[in-house]
Amino acid sequence: MLILNPTQTELAIEVSDLKKVFRKREGLFGPLKEEWALKGVSFHVRKGETYALLGPNGSGKSTLIRILSTLLTPDGGTVRMLGYRLPEDEAKLRRKMGRVSVDAAFYKKLSARENLLYAAQLYGLEPRQAEKRAMQILEQLGLESRRFDDPLEEMSRGMQQKISIARALLINPPLLLLDEPTTGLDPKSRRDVQAFLEDLRARQGTTILLTTHDMAEAERLAHRIGFLAHGRLVAEGTADELKRRAGTADLEEAFIALTGEELNDEAGQP
Amino acid sequence: MLERYLRPMWAFVFRDWHLTRRYMSWVAVFVFYAIVNSATIALIGKAQDDFRLTLTLLLGVLLWSFLSAMYNEIANSISYERWEGTLEYTFMAPASRFIHLAGVSLFAVMYSVVRTIVILVGLVLFIQVPVNGANLLGVLVVLLVGSLAFMGLGLMAAILPVMSPENGAQATNIFQGVLLLVSGIYYPVSVLPSWVQPLAYLSPATYALEACRKLMGINHPDSTPDRLVGAPLSSVLPELGILLLMGLVLIPLGLWVFHAAEVWAKRTGRLKRTG
Repeated sequence: MLILNPTQTELAIEVSDLKKVFRKREGLFGPLKEEWALKGVSFHVRKGETYALLGPNGSGKSTLIRILSTLLTPDGGTVRMLGYRLPEDEAKLRRKMGRVSVDAAFYKKLSARENLLYAAQLYGLEPRQAEKRAMQILEQLGLESRRFDDPLEEMSRGMQQKISIARALLINPPLLLLDEPTTGLDPKSRRDVQAFLEDLRARQGTTILLTTHDMAEAERLAHRIGFLAHGRLVAEGTADELKRRAGTADLEEAFIALTGEELNDEAGQP
Repeated sequence: MLERYLRPMWAFVFRDWHLTRRYMSWVAVFVFYAIVNSATIALIGKAQDDFRLTLTLLLGVLLWSFLSAMYNEIANSISYERWEGTLEYTFMAPASRFIHLAGVSLFAVMYSVVRTIVILVGLVLFIQVPVNGANLLGVLVVLLVGSLAFMGLGLMAAILPVMSPENGAQATNIFQGVLLLVSGIYYPVSVLPSWVQPLAYLSPATYALEACRKLMGINHPDSTPDRLVGAPLSSVLPELGILLLMGLVLIPLGLWVFHAAEVWAKRTGRLKRTG
């Protein structure tokens, strides 16, 4: 079990009573249909902590990450990250956080080098220093440097996701938001990414908020885990605490017992 | 200054240049198509053996080619990002929307100037239209000043792909078509229905054309097919002033409209790739 330094009490993320509703009109003049993606979610993540949000598709994980990434405006509640409030301080916050989403979004015709240099300049970094740092990260992730000039469209999904991680880490952010970063990866790429994240946390004390379907991944990487279902945080704690509370031997059974739901698709992959 | 403004702005020029480079063979194909298309229009004047008509059409086709290329580059940069799924990453970066759109516009102007020069050279060689005596440098100045207003219009059109990933990109063409209709690119504004004519005065293309016709000497009584009498830049200062004013109004207006669309998209979740 992972244990965070008990002297670390400073909070990196404070989310309180967060709500998000999507409204869609049925037809041209029909009534507005409301769909609540988040129904008052509250949790906190301490500095240097890795917190995993587990939930099935449609539970609100990606909506939550998008709000924290300043890409969605919440309909209620408060968010404070690294001492900054959203949405008031979003410009300052954007310099301090990196994000990796489930789909490694890139300009597919451009090479890895061009994509990363573009991202580096967008954040105001000196291109040569950024390139050096990107190379180090990619080597740590097990990507061969000779592939650096290949167009992204010629790379496997695992390689693209590693470059996506390198992009998020170019600015050396104290806070990393990972939205299902290993979904769809082959077992080796998955292990490479997980090992890299463990190393990153150990070396740099980066705070990580991770969403995943994968119980083993959550158990391996996270100090604490939150179960999200139907837009509500149903339970949270360490993996052992959750299992104990549910009276089960493994985390997946604990999830089913505490949320009444089953995790779907990629759960249980190695 | 470098870290916060210039480098992020240059990032968009860097990106768009490398994307253009990767599609260079297609760029060549479309420039060739633009030359052919322009030639078919300019040859209408040649068939009438009327150098003034030929030059009017040539100028119209070039100016429209320049302004529409720039407008398209700006308006379609957002739809391209939606298509690639990178829009969220661009919006998450600390670069302000002004820096973002200024970078996109800077590349659009550079690309459009080079493209228009290539088309001009191709047309002059193909149709054998002498442009001796025309104030081409003055025309370039008008294009650059006029491009400010078109940047503003491009920014407004760029919200359409933010609002609708399915139809937004095509909808930008409607906006462009209306401008083409009211600006008198190939015909005098006086042939438009009287109720449409006032709209011509709202289009920056009208003033850019008027200035360029003077600078080329198309309607100057002493111009001949062999030697044009182009006006000096000082003679088009009123048009330049109006174009500059339009730019000063339309760019902030475009940024404001874009900001409003971004706020709406963040509230409704429209930034997501699938919309």
